Amino acid sequence: MAEESNNLPSVTYTLEREHLHQLFDVLTGKGYRLLGPAVRDGAIVYDELTAPSDLPVGWTDEQDGGRYRLKKRADDAVFGFVVGPHSWKKFLHPPALRLWQLRREGDGFTVIQEEAESPKYAFIGVRACELHAIAIQDKVFLESKYIDPMYKIRREGCFIVAVNCGQAGGTCFCVSMNTGPRATSGFDLALTEAMEGERHYFVVEVGSPAGADALSEISHRESQADEETTAERIVADTARQMGREMDATGIKELLYRNYEHPRWNDVASRCLTCANCTMVCPTCFCATVEDVTDLAGDTAERWRKWDSCFTLDFSYVHGGSVRATTKDRYRQWMTHKLATWFDQFGSSGCVGCGRCITWCPVAIDITEEVRAIRETESKKDSAGD
Amino acid sequence: MALSTDSAMTSPVANPMIPVPWRVQKARRETRDTFTLTLRPANGEPLPAFAPGQFNMLYLFGVGEVAISISGDPADQENLVHTIRAVGTVTRPMQRLKRGAVLGVRGPFGSPWPVEEAEGNDVVIVAGGLGLAPLRPALYRLLAHRQQYGRIVLLYGARTPRDLLYQRSLDQWQTRSGIEVAYTVDAAAEDWRGNVGVVTTLISKARFDPVHTTAMICGPEVMMRYVIMELEKLGVTDENIFISMERNMKCAIGFCGHCQFGPTFVCKDGPVFRYDRIEPFFKLRGV
Repeated sequence: MAEESNNLPSVTYTLEREHLHQLFDVLTGKGYRLLGPAVRDGAIVYDELTAPSDLPVGWTDEQDGGRYRLKKRADDAVFGFVVGPHSWKKFLHPPALRLWQLRREGDGFTVIQEEAESPKYAFIGVRACELHAIAIQDKVFLESKYIDPMYKIRREGCFIVAVNCGQAGGTCFCVSMNTGPRATSGFDLALTEAMEGERHYFVVEVGSPAGADALSEISHRESQADEETTAERIVADTARQMGREMDATGIKELLYRNYEHPRWNDVASRCLTCANCTMVCPTCFCATVEDVTDLAGDTAERWRKWDSCFTLDFSYVHGGSVRATTKDRYRQWMTHKLATWFDQFGSSGCVGCGRCITWCPVAIDITEEVRAIRETESKKDSAGD
Repeated sequence: MALSTDSAMTSPVANPMIPVPWRVQKARRETRDTFTLTLRPANGEPLPAFAPGQFNMLYLFGVGEVAISISGDPADQENLVHTIRAVGTVTRPMQRLKRGAVLGVRGPFGSPWPVEEAEGNDVVIVAGGLGLAPLRPALYRLLAHRQQYGRIVLLYGARTPRDLLYQRSLDQWQTRSGIEVAYTVDAAAEDWRGNVGVVTTLISKARFDPVHTTAMICGPEVMMRYVIMELEKLGVTDENIFISMERNMKCAIGFCGHCQFGPTFVCKDGPVFRYDRIEPFFKLRGV
């Protein structure tokens, strides 16, 4: 990833909070299906939206290892929280998706042609780390040897409204992974929410012609210098609040050198192999397939469903599972995120969103695991001096 | 932000996820638990060209799909041949297929044996059990261009004499084709006149020039480990050793993640790997 500038682009616009609904109306009018954060069952998840009132207005989240709580805020911030258990992959790479249907015909079969139409998603409130996660999954599904037509059709028509984080969560470490907290690319519009006394507004950056087009239909004006400064300060403050930190220097080589490190046994003694971390991870893409038929056996379907490298089945070949132990499976997951991913797709597979830490039932912390391995290495080095 | 829809972003013509119907031309029992299916396109479409070492995904309507190496002659423009072991929910019913039955095929996928790069060298092929099946297309190619190679050696190990695959071909290759064939079994009855022991015991007896040898190995990982050690001892370099890996596979096109082996995807970076490129991972357990 290119070195990211911390300066906002020369022209930014100001959208008053009271006009935010216009963004929703304009995008709906353009045929988009609006998706974004909403409070459901004690968590902020991503769901269908119709108006700004559907957003978690006045809510925030408290996060730590194995802990997530919603709290009422003292103000009416619209985006005053970080990321929850969902990520945008649930729309672009759905948890269960029919890949095809076949009909028995004579002694053979034919494909039942299905309409392939873009669902025209508009994502409202995509964080910088999540933009990076989407870019990473683009590499997997669109820029590898083969193209996934199911992902492509969902991704192509997407309109993305990014939000620069106004606060960091207890498990956030985007600064370490160089993925945030400011959105730098991959969006149509990016908002920074500002609240000053009685004033409540968004500083808006335009990232694409589609973004400019949408903004042109909404009440807005060029930002004043002090508004820009406020927006910059908000993001800079967030960057200083990271709940976690990971030294990512030479991380690939570090893990490649330490495939046999005793720490893998240590983490294996805590890991329940529940797969939560892979489900909440915005870049984890692994899936299995299930072939089913109707009762008469005349129609067959193949479903693709999210899968996890934490299951024994995942690596099963005739004779047994390749990754038979918890150690094998945790090592596979973490070295994939932080080491082999570089060789496969040219970047880290971790964006520092912290979900795997928050949603781990036993609070295993990827930043802590990396630190433990790194520290034994530096001890060894100093002992050798 | 939307993606551009031009150039590289457009889909290939055929959807690599959808099986195409093929018809069983011939179903032949090989050993007690293996069988060979010869397939032809059910819709009369031309055979997609494959390279020795590649595999297909074979689909039984409504039952499921399995990754199976292609084991026929790459020069055969008409037939697609797969030798399959009946061990699972898909391959067992597949074993009962008769001439005329239809199954689905996706492929071919994966990396080939280095049959062209090996020209000018001696070639040592070492197979264990069903591992001979993915090596057979390479053998056909070597034999069709026999004069391009030095010595060709085929070393093959199976569990018992009854488990020896393609036994008639083994004998034919030995007598007619100018290749040195030796095979051995792990265990046999008293009337067995052949070799008994693991396949590695055949390596030191084979005649080839280790410095100018390309080795192609396919079999259980533990067998490949010992074969590699033996070859290295004789002086065959890791850049000239090629192995075919097996991992769980669901999609064959790099999306499902199941076949990861270190930084590689066996479906698209393999199954055939040059040994020096995966050596650190091959030496680890549980990767």
